[in-house]
Amino acid sequence: MSAVIDHGHGDHPHGPAPGLMRWVLTTNHKDIGTLYLWFSFCAFLLGGSFAMVIRAELFQPGLQIVEPTFFNQMTTMHGLIMVFGAVMPAFVGLANWMIPLMIGAPDMALPRMNNFSFWLLPAAFGLLVSTLFMEGGGPNFGWTFYAPLSTTYAPQSVTFFIFAIHLMGISSIMGAINVIATVLNLRAPGMTLMKMPLFVWTWLITAFLLIAVMPVLAGVVTMMLMDIHFGTSFFSAAGGGDPVLFQHVFWFFGHPEVYIMILPAFGAVSAIIPTFSRKPLFGYTSMVYATGAIAFLSFIVWAHHMFVVGIPVAGELFFMYATMLIAVPTGVKVFNWVSTMWRGSLTFEAPMLFAVAFVILFTIGGFSGLMLAIAPADFQYHDTYFVVAHFHYVLVPGAIFGIFASAYYWLPKWTGHMYDERLARLHFWLSFVGMNLAFFPMHFVGLAGMPRRIPDYNLMFADFNRVSSLGAFLFGATQLLFLYIVIKCIRGGEPAPAKPWDGAHGLEWSVPSPAPYHTFSTPPEVE
Amino acid sequence: MSDGLPTARLIRRLLVVVVAMFAFGFALVPLYDVMCQAFGINGKTAGAWQGAQAVDASRQVRVQFLASNAAGMSWEFRPVQDELEVHPGASSQMLFVAYNPSGVPMTAQAIPSIAPARAAAWFHKTECFCFTQQVLQPGERIEMPVRFIVDRDLPADVHHLTLGYTLFDVTERQGPVARGAQ
Repeated sequence: MSAVIDHGHGDHPHGPAPGLMRWVLTTNHKDIGTLYLWFSFCAFLLGGSFAMVIRAELFQPGLQIVEPTFFNQMTTMHGLIMVFGAVMPAFVGLANWMIPLMIGAPDMALPRMNNFSFWLLPAAFGLLVSTLFMEGGGPNFGWTFYAPLSTTYAPQSVTFFIFAIHLMGISSIMGAINVIATVLNLRAPGMTLMKMPLFVWTWLITAFLLIAVMPVLAGVVTMMLMDIHFGTSFFSAAGGGDPVLFQHVFWFFGHPEVYIMILPAFGAVSAIIPTFSRKPLFGYTSMVYATGAIAFLSFIVWAHHMFVVGIPVAGELFFMYATMLIAVPTGVKVFNWVSTMWRGSLTFEAPMLFAVAFVILFTIGGFSGLMLAIAPADFQYHDTYFVVAHFHYVLVPGAIFGIFASAYYWLPKWTGHMYDERLARLHFWLSFVGMNLAFFPMHFVGLAGMPRRIPDYNLMFADFNRVSSLGAFLFGATQLLFLYIVIKCIRGGEPAPAKPWDGAHGLEWSVPSPAPYHTFSTPPEVE
Repeated sequence: MSDGLPTARLIRRLLVVVVAMFAFGFALVPLYDVMCQAFGINGKTAGAWQGAQAVDASRQVRVQFLASNAAGMSWEFRPVQDELEVHPGASSQMLFVAYNPSGVPMTAQAIPSIAPARAAAWFHKTECFCFTQQVLQPGERIEMPVRFIVDRDLPADVHHLTLGYTLFDVTERQGPVARGAQ
């Protein structure tokens, strides 16, 4: 394919096909990245609407708005859609757009499989969301779908839930294979592994996590399918199986999954902070090794989600120590981000605001995680709102703010226009306040004993729940502002130069803004 | 796009990893049972135990018996006695009453569990109604034995064991079988 007859780039512009079929048939990494990002934004708004229903019901004690069974569907679907529909596809979208640009490759290694990977997702989520309208309702067993609640006691729609997970898993696995092949084989000459931007490194490691654990998720839902329809007893004690086995297999997938959801954000923030500090990233090598250490450790800590099921003390201790150990490489990364900023020439445009908030608030989420890691203490915290506070702190100001930061950082490259900086800062501050109001009180009600996944609660939790709901409503409404900012930027705005951020480094800034449909058809020189 | 030999080989290797991890997920199923038995954890007891031991008359262990029905199970199910004092090494027996109050033949499976979980490795059942499914005709009542030996090597700090059974209705799995036709 490298024997391209060079007409001279002005003569025959190779643009996309016209019309809607462009989007159905595209194999272009930029188009597919755009598709993933819009898909994830829609999922974010849908999953967010379900969260609004949850917080509306929890605004006051008592059952005012929804039935408990529907509430359980809302909590389940909020989790499933946010994890599998919003966060993961957003990072895949960023990977598709940016990895080829960052390594000087013309496209991903397998462009047609890339297209298929994307289009599996609307199918999977169409199937998943359709379950809400089926007889018996949608999945109501939590996003962690423990058996036998999700097998013996599940609504009829559980079979479609299982198929949706299969489709989504296949999409993720193919996407991960594509990323690995691209990063390992399509780097421009001179772009050694240790010269790659950290975003590419974190995605490479994330892709390995994906191919390792997504098949295990596929296995566990297949076992569920067999228990439900083919009379097996993987998780049924009556037939000699064990519900605790489900938890082990699920969390063997589940724990690496949460690192899959954060490592790309680590990479993005590692690009943004140096840019707006006008200083190189502190400790590039240790950042790479720390990411690898986190990924490796993520495989041996799964039972910290299961401290209360009856594991013997030796097991509890092992998982406790291993979990605490993950704080070490994570601490290295936080230290390096802060050190990058130290004595830097700092400016706080929107990407930097989100990136700095990420560092501080993700660390707070990490602290509550460390508390949860202490096995005897976890007996009090498990299945309370303390856990909900923890994972929302690492996911919302962690993954989501990482995605917002990336969006603002790279929107000029994608669209050719600068976004509205004033509105973007407003988006940041409203999101920051809303998010903290929503989730900080959850630490307190959790420690005071409020359980998870309940539509009604003891009166003593009422005040903090009210604050939480108000914060959530603010956060949710603010995302509509983000939608407006993105659409406004696409439609127009101050023309963006190839490198709108003066402190930025990397190959993606050497191509014009907006990036041409085909870039790096000939590999660039990498010094 | 250069998509020559190195990429194709890499893709093949990655696909092997995917398939291997899918198989690993299923391998976790027997692996889980193996680990539980090897470490004597999860309160799971092994199958029928062959063997005998000398009685340790210097020590007594209280064995308590619990019986519960799984959700939706209608049988009466209880031990004849709530507890026994036994010597480690001695062969002891307890009878459990089972009664089918319904109007149809039903099949039940009892699933045992030992507390404390770490003592499960030292609790041996030489005969147990939990080794097989139990079929009762409508209105039938039986007394089912469990014969067990508490191992002499039971840790010295364990004075009290609880053997609990949960009774599950497995009629739909096996289909009712008339007595005598087994």
